[in-house]
Amino acid sequence: MKLTIAVTGLNNTDNPGPGIPVIRGIRESEHIEARIIGLAYENLEPGVYMPNMIDKTYMIPYPSSGTEAYLERIEEIHQKDPIDLIIPNLDAELYTFMKAEPRLRELGIKTFLPTQEQFEERHKANLDAFGKKYDIKVPKSITLTSHGDIQKIKDHFDYPVLVKGKFYDAYIAYNSDQVANHFNKISAKWGLPIIIQEFIKGTEVNVVALGDGQGNTIAAVPMRKLFITDKGKAWSGITLNDEEMIRITNDLIERTKWRGGMELEMIKTNKNEYYMIEINPRIPAWVYLAVGAGQNIPEALVKLAIGEKVEPYTNYQIGKMFIRYSWDLLGDIQEFEQLSIFGEIEK
Amino acid sequence: MEKLKFERPVINHINAGVPDKFGMGTAIQPISHIDDISVEDLLNEYGSPLYVLSEKTIRETYREALSAFKTRYPKVQFAWSYKTNYLNAVCNIFHQEGSWAEVVSGFEFEKALANGVPGSKIIFNGPDKSNEDLERAIQHGSLIHIDHFDELYEIMAVAPKTGKKAKVAIRVNMDTGIYPHWDRFGFNYENGEAWTAINKIMPNPDMELIGLHTHIGTYIMTPNAYAVATSKLAALTVRIQMKYNHHLKYLDLGGGFASKNTLKGAYLPGSDTCPSFDDYAEAITGALINSDIQYEHMPTLFLETGRALIDEAGYLLGSVLANKRLLDGRRSLIIDIGVNNLFTSFWYEHHIVPARIKQRDTEDTTIYGPLCMNIDVIRQAIQFPVLEKGDRVVIKRIGAYNMTQWLQFITYRPNVVLIDAEGKTHIIRENETHESMNALDRIPQHLKEIQL
Amino acid sequence: MKIKKNIAVSENGFLFDPNSGESYSLNKTGQLIVKLISEGKTESEIIEVVKEKYEVETTSLQRYLDDFIMMLQQMNLLEKEED
Repeated sequence: MKLTIAVTGLNNTDNPGPGIPVIRGIRESEHIEARIIGLAYENLEPGVYMPNMIDKTYMIPYPSSGTEAYLERIEEIHQKDPIDLIIPNLDAELYTFMKAEPRLRELGIKTFLPTQEQFEERHKANLDAFGKKYDIKVPKSITLTSHGDIQKIKDHFDYPVLVKGKFYDAYIAYNSDQVANHFNKISAKWGLPIIIQEFIKGTEVNVVALGDGQGNTIAAVPMRKLFITDKGKAWSGITLNDEEMIRITNDLIERTKWRGGMELEMIKTNKNEYYMIEINPRIPAWVYLAVGAGQNIPEALVKLAIGEKVEPYTNYQIGKMFIRYSWDLLGDIQEFEQLSIFGEIEK
Repeated sequence: MEKLKFERPVINHINAGVPDKFGMGTAIQPISHIDDISVEDLLNEYGSPLYVLSEKTIRETYREALSAFKTRYPKVQFAWSYKTNYLNAVCNIFHQEGSWAEVVSGFEFEKALANGVPGSKIIFNGPDKSNEDLERAIQHGSLIHIDHFDELYEIMAVAPKTGKKAKVAIRVNMDTGIYPHWDRFGFNYENGEAWTAINKIMPNPDMELIGLHTHIGTYIMTPNAYAVATSKLAALTVRIQMKYNHHLKYLDLGGGFASKNTLKGAYLPGSDTCPSFDDYAEAITGALINSDIQYEHMPTLFLETGRALIDEAGYLLGSVLANKRLLDGRRSLIIDIGVNNLFTSFWYEHHIVPARIKQRDTEDTTIYGPLCMNIDVIRQAIQFPVLEKGDRVVIKRIGAYNMTQWLQFITYRPNVVLIDAEGKTHIIRENETHESMNALDRIPQHLKEIQL
Repeated sequence: MKIKKNIAVSENGFLFDPNSGESYSLNKTGQLIVKLISEGKTESEIIEVVKEKYEVETTSLQRYLDDFIMMLQQMNLLEKEED
């Protein structure tokens, strides 16, 4: 089956986007003969320069320049180089793509994304309600909207607690002075409110999964990070044999009728309880571990997107590991020139 | 040989990592006309800078909002928020469309009366109502939305003197799950303050409680907050029905709907993230219909939407005064529109474009106003085409608050022009002149003579 | 006025400065002017050549050229002039 698939998230840096791992999954598929179009925001995204990954890259504007400008560029590319399917891989794009889904469909471009409702309700600030609605344990949390609220913490929690920003940043605090300190730092950067979350002791475990939008789990592979970079990203991880994680995932996908890729971040306590701490509405950068363990999630997502029936994966190899490494790729300034001046480059 | 069309020479640094012109260049669409009237002609005729309002857009936006609510809930009444834009012509467009008046001061109250709004169709909000204001409002049968207990006691004292029953509602503040929580206005719902106020009003022979009011905040991006607010007001309504067998005539959900302007610090542009009138209407009317209020006593839904009804209809036109290079090589553009004319530039990244573009190349530019003050910045950093002295610029979506919060500073405030639905232009507020500026000045006798 | 050595402009208008490692993009007119500078032309000669080819008045061209040369100086692409 021949398809032209456009992929974003080519920033294969030390805080990698999922683009290249997704492309690797598609390239390894025996059913899909793909022409891969890379969509790059910056002229130094490593994926653009990697051999055998992308057939042609186009620069696109950031979603922050507005849906209009963004879609105009996609349409312009589509006219030159017709696209069958786009797989957006970055959080900041999802909103734009979900909103643009009908327009893309009209153009003949398919996507396979969660619905806006699914996207909204799993937001960090809504986690409490999400847990209640879907019967999932989540850490207790309260929001602080002023410095004076810090006194409220002791009515709800024992220290330590996690102090989190609206979008990013999380710190542990062992007393109210430390909370005050983090409160000031985070609120200066991300504004209010600040989220105070129960600190759950345990091991962080993750699942990469794919839902078909009908309630079926097409793929699910649990993993534990073995080593984390100073940016908090997995440097190495290993697949786990954990039926409870699979059960939680199946249950969540069945109840939410989740459509598309997702990553669940959970804490497993020493009493074997699982607390959901975050739900990412897209494929994570470590998805290639799942491919290697026997569940080609990018391939399955492509098939679902074009309306093919996909049999759910039920097995994966336990104890499969990934280790990230860095590699100095050499290039010539001509490639950089080509991309910077014309906004596109053929590999 | 025929000569080629000239473009000024441009060199741009290519930042490693950051995208350059691709996709960005197309983002700038010049605005050469407003409702088919040329920007150049408008400025030539009425001077620069110039405020322009489109009557067509005002009426269309109003009708869109009204229909979003009316198709879902039959009893809907808008009240025009005077503070958002109280030019008389603008108010009267809304009044012609059927809007009542929502005022927050004695000054606005007088304006509404003078515009011909019957007193019984004026909603009087806000924390600042003097004794005289209250007395007049009671005399006119206006709807007084009580903000605090001191005001409540004041009405108890004033009303008997008028010989009329004061028609009142209380403003309620509450937790709707959004930040910030506006607890400085009205009576709190959660801690029982609102219920206490109701219990003081209900037995009082000089007051009639006819509605409840809330205004949960400004620029609210989450329609669900309105659903929460509506449910809480509905719960109070039911409680009043149960205890007093008294049926409220209306629930006033206030304003606070967002416009398509982009707030500073927002990642996505406002035009992408701003909820539609349908979204807000769905949240509010859904909560109302699903409430426990008795079906035959469903209250009228009042809305005091300001910004979302007028922002889009306003434009500020101006001219380039000069180009300058800053020390770091960045281009700066000085225009004749200052922050005194564009108060909202303190919180919006205003959409500014040229009236026409001669060439597509853009440069990283800072746009300054003409005031001799460092804070006079219209846009800190924007990819902008290189313009020349005298070229025209257009700032979009400035209809809300700029024509009320404007500051007279250094020079005269400019003309405001309305383009009517037939495409005719009318000055709806004259520019200030030396005479009008001096009209209120008084010089003591000993300061009249100067000798230099 | 002299362009620093080793600076070359590709036909796409891409300018790479090997002295600093910085890259720049030029539009067609900018490209032409940089080429004329590197050929050793004086300002008035540049104005002549550009006027020959493009529809433009001398006064505005002079203004654009001044601004452009200032940019080149700012970007450190010209040799410092010895007075």
